Amino acid sequence: MAVVEVENLRYRYPRQTTLALDGVSFTAEPGEFVGIVGPNLSGKSTLCHALIGLVPHFYKGAIGGRVVVAGLDVHQTPVAEMSRRVGLVFQNPFTQITGAKLTVYEEVAFGLEYTGAPREEMAPRIEEALRLLGLWELRDRSPFALSGGQMQRLAIASVLAMRPQVLVLDEPTSQLDPAGTREVFDAAATLCRQGITVIMAEHKIELLAEHADRLLVLHQGRLVADGTPRDILTRAASRELPGEPAPAPPVTQAAASLDWRMPGGGFPVTLAEAVAVGRPIVERHSGVDSR
Amino acid sequence: MSAVIEARSVHFHYTPGVPVLTGVTLSLGPGATAIIGQNGAGKSTFVRLLNGLLKPVSGSILVNGADTRSLTVASLARTVGLVFQNPSDQLFKSRVIDEVTFGPLNLGFSREEAEERAREALAQVGLHGVETRNPYDLGLAERKLVTIASVLAMGTSALIFDEPTIAQDYAGVRRLGKIVDELTAAGRTVIVISHDMDFVARHCHRVVVFSRGRVLADGDAASVFSRPDILQQAALEAPQIARLAHALSMDQTPLTPEQFVDLVRRRLSGSS
Repeated sequence: MAVVEVENLRYRYPRQTTLALDGVSFTAEPGEFVGIVGPNLSGKSTLCHALIGLVPHFYKGAIGGRVVVAGLDVHQTPVAEMSRRVGLVFQNPFTQITGAKLTVYEEVAFGLEYTGAPREEMAPRIEEALRLLGLWELRDRSPFALSGGQMQRLAIASVLAMRPQVLVLDEPTSQLDPAGTREVFDAAATLCRQGITVIMAEHKIELLAEHADRLLVLHQGRLVADGTPRDILTRAASRELPGEPAPAPPVTQAAASLDWRMPGGGFPVTLAEAVAVGRPIVERHSGVDSR
Repeated sequence: MSAVIEARSVHFHYTPGVPVLTGVTLSLGPGATAIIGQNGAGKSTFVRLLNGLLKPVSGSILVNGADTRSLTVASLARTVGLVFQNPSDQLFKSRVIDEVTFGPLNLGFSREEAEERAREALAQVGLHGVETRNPYDLGLAERKLVTIASVLAMGTSALIFDEPTIAQDYAGVRRLGKIVDELTAAGRTVIVISHDMDFVARHCHRVVVFSRGRVLADGDAASVFSRPDILQQAALEAPQIARLAHALSMDQTPLTPEQFVDLVRRRLSGSS
């Protein structure tokens, strides 16, 4: 059964004339990894914020349609209540780390203390969250002595300790280096295997192609495509999507030009797929190589 | 080709005993040079030395032949423009237009000339109708573009972009790439720090790899990206298209999908 149900969501920020979200509908299942792609200002962040109720409760404005997450009608439920079921991680880990705690362990404890979790439950939940994100060995460090990737994983661990059913990440790797970026994607994939639904707005299409089960494409507040990475990126490489919402990964662009197709149809979307499809074609002609 | 900027065995630390740069020697001249490396490799510190915000602990930095120790930051700013990684380190005016005219005004341009330059620079980065907005009311991507426009408006002979593509979408990345290409074509010295290897491969002819405060590799983009061993040492990966060519044992390193397609077609037609 779907854990996220969004139905004809329309939203306008206060004092704006255009809709930030215009008739968006989709569902997500437990354990699914859903990527949201699209240009800046296409509504990615707004949609992320709508899943926890910051839209409309915090930003105000005019809203229509229905958003049900983990069985709760988001428009009727206070954000504090939603935040027990939905974790939201922001672009910049610095904005999420409280700065008030001296260790990684206490940072994760903060959210639990704040929401009044029973004391005997806290220790196991903190340990579980830190272990899942690979931070248990760093629990006594200062949050500010962490690398960018570690800090973003700490932000995720802090919301994870609340045991959300849905984790929403709004461009979580835009400030991280390649190693830190991989850490965050690997952590997200681990959480999906635990049955948590991950919804991630991102520009890094190569990594989404590798990890996501589905991609949603936003363009000017509208959901213009919803499908598997292969479906969406094959269409993107064939220039069948409106605007320039999702550039296909370089290997997909090359495969499209060369018409290298997967056995089941569509173009390869990851390096491994492109290698598998390309190798027999290139090797058939390797006789011309002098080596 | 005379180097605009020369670093000679530069050592630097913020705290004694915790070295950040350990002997960097590098000449930077006209064209686009990328500096790549893990966070903490010393890239951002290095470029802060180039515009005089920091001075070497030992060794020296020469800009157009003059030691940065003998120059003020204000006089260096006429030659070397720096776009910070984090816009909040750079933005301090409450209106976008004031932010972007600040540099040209300091260089001695009249208000009219400064505003003319500012408007051109804002158009160049694709920002329209934001002149009277507060930079802090803009999103990260647009805030970053304001800082880039501020440096473009100064027309310095050397420009340093620290992570220009952060938070940019496809159209934004392409526009920034065009700006780097145009500056390169105009003979300016452009230095780009980036984690975006596709951007680096497409727009920078030279790539310098930083690792633990020193230069691990330095060469044209194709030669650096054909060395997975070196990149791995620096916790980096070549652009995806170069990795594909490598995995398929192709004998050249393409930097863009188009180059890859050409290589494959030549090979298939037996003319390689």
